Amino acid sequence: MAAPQDEVWSVWLRSLLAALALFGLVTTALAADRKLGIGRTASPHEIAGWDIDVRPDGQGLPPGRGSVKEGEALYVGKCAACHGEFGESAGRWPQVAGGAGSLKSSDPVKTVGSYFAHLSTVIDYVRRAMPFGDAQSLTEDELYAVVAYTLFLNDIVDENFVLSRETFDRVKMPNAGGFHDDDRETAEKAFWNPQPCMTDCKPEVRITGRARVIDVTPDDKAIRRSVD
Amino acid sequence: MDKDAPKRAARRRFLRAAGSAAAALAGGPALAGNLKNLPPNVPEWTRALGDGVAVRPYGKPSKHEAHVVRRDVQWLTASRESSVSFTPLHELDGIITPNGLCFERHHGGIAEIDPEDYRLIVHGLVERELIFTLADLKRFPRVNRIHFLECAANSGMEWRGAQLNGCQYTHGMVHCVEYTGVPLRVLLAEAGVKPNAKWLLAEGADSAAMSRSIPLAKAMDDCLVAYRMNGEMLRPEQGYPARLVVPGWEGNVWVKWLRRLKLGDEPWFAREETSKYTDLMADGKARQFTFVMDAKSVITSPSPQAPLRQKGFTVISGLAWSGRGKITRVDVSLDGGKNWREAKIDGLVLDKACVRFYAETEWTGGEMLLQSRAIDETGYVQPTKSELRKIRGVNSIYHNNGIQTWLVKPNGEVENVEVS
Repeated sequence: MAAPQDEVWSVWLRSLLAALALFGLVTTALAADRKLGIGRTASPHEIAGWDIDVRPDGQGLPPGRGSVKEGEALYVGKCAACHGEFGESAGRWPQVAGGAGSLKSSDPVKTVGSYFAHLSTVIDYVRRAMPFGDAQSLTEDELYAVVAYTLFLNDIVDENFVLSRETFDRVKMPNAGGFHDDDRETAEKAFWNPQPCMTDCKPEVRITGRARVIDVTPDDKAIRRSVD
Repeated sequence: MDKDAPKRAARRRFLRAAGSAAAALAGGPALAGNLKNLPPNVPEWTRALGDGVAVRPYGKPSKHEAHVVRRDVQWLTASRESSVSFTPLHELDGIITPNGLCFERHHGGIAEIDPEDYRLIVHGLVERELIFTLADLKRFPRVNRIHFLECAANSGMEWRGAQLNGCQYTHGMVHCVEYTGVPLRVLLAEAGVKPNAKWLLAEGADSAAMSRSIPLAKAMDDCLVAYRMNGEMLRPEQGYPARLVVPGWEGNVWVKWLRRLKLGDEPWFAREETSKYTDLMADGKARQFTFVMDAKSVITSPSPQAPLRQKGFTVISGLAWSGRGKITRVDVSLDGGKNWREAKIDGLVLDKACVRFYAETEWTGGEMLLQSRAIDETGYVQPTKSELRKIRGVNSIYHNNGIQTWLVKPNGEVENVEVS
């Protein structure tokens, strides 16, 4: 591991600088371009171990490659228990495939195929957080393979596809145009109201819905102890 | 012992057996407790010595307050490691949330970080890529700020109608504490931000390595890297030993267990800002980067978990907050939004912090439909749920700041309802 060596080296360097400073050999050269002189330079080794983000333009994509076929075995072994054999989800875990055309419906299903706008998001997320409970355990080849298989489950690539830095740009995400930036200040301008109504604001008040009817509140006696 | 005591005890047993708020209402002040502790008797805690100092080295609430706890809704999520627990707002007053009651939202469980092994890396578009220890962070100039933190999904279960019966569940993904930390701009200045940097990636050290993109303008404005809450070090579930504080913005960007800050020229479109924390509208398109939490309020008492116990003089109490600045006014309605009156705000009124409001009334035992409406310094007025749905539909999940209605029934019970 490089990082602990970097730590040791840093302590040694700082001791050296402190000793030199005693002899007036070091001015505030280091502190001068650093406002307070707190912290130390991060080494490339240290940064590399944690620098795992991937952007839509491909910045941050690791080396390596993985095919749909290689991904299938990995997916079945490491992902299907939660996400379902076909990405349909097992229980309440996130569904990763399907849901095409559902976003306008009363039951929108947000998956890699139906909702994700960027392929980089899938790679970045699997790389940092999956498998759930065994994060950052996949090799770079495995990462590409399992993402390739997820794309295959969503009919975004065919069974012969191999994902890598080189093929990354070829993948077209179906919901790429599905997002726009926050527009509340224009779309909801009416909510800025200098004179909100204070009296006789509506002709009648009817109860239109009740939580008791739905009855999904956790049954915890302690919550309503003062009533029951 | 006074001669009427047995009669009172019998009456008390009757009331307990009846066991309803209605019985308490009829009888005036609720009778409770052990008669031998009541005047004119000398109670047991007066006769004997109690625990000495330092018997309780870290003080906890009275054992009689054991019901004041965070709760979760198990059907909401697949596992407790990626889930939420809710602040018991109905049991609290003032604006500061006690540390142990602040709601939790984790994406990969609580990271248990040894402070000796804590590191924060600042890199990317900076002059000097730096690494800080916790001791380093504590050497920086520091500030104290009181801010609310609300999860974007607070009230998210209520988009399609009244569902959960308790303000802990409908509104309990909010808390308000005092943070101590380094202004993020001071920390970033130490690294020297390059002119082409426009966005900041904040990343956690938890098992989700939770990451979000934040515009640099916000990072340089009022954000903190905080290590204390309400004076003591952050609780593990709130990001010990260091988290980001992003005042007024959705809780998800307040990255806990902060391990990395990377400067870049465009956002990263991480999972939590694309597949989650985007607001799906009725037309099937989704809003992204909806950071600001709109003005919102809720009556915390009475509420379904805090029914009315007595007729007569009654204080209606609640919380209001806005991600756009200070709350300037809170209105309260007793008749489902037909008529409104201004509530009293008591205590501190701070930028992007909770305020506590009160409205006093004589409750005669009739039905009431209680609502509150927050107004902030930008002139934003908290909308009704139907006004929100007209624009956003019901698939949004996030950013539901619609006006809440509580039905108070003649027996003092309170129910979560919606009104026309």
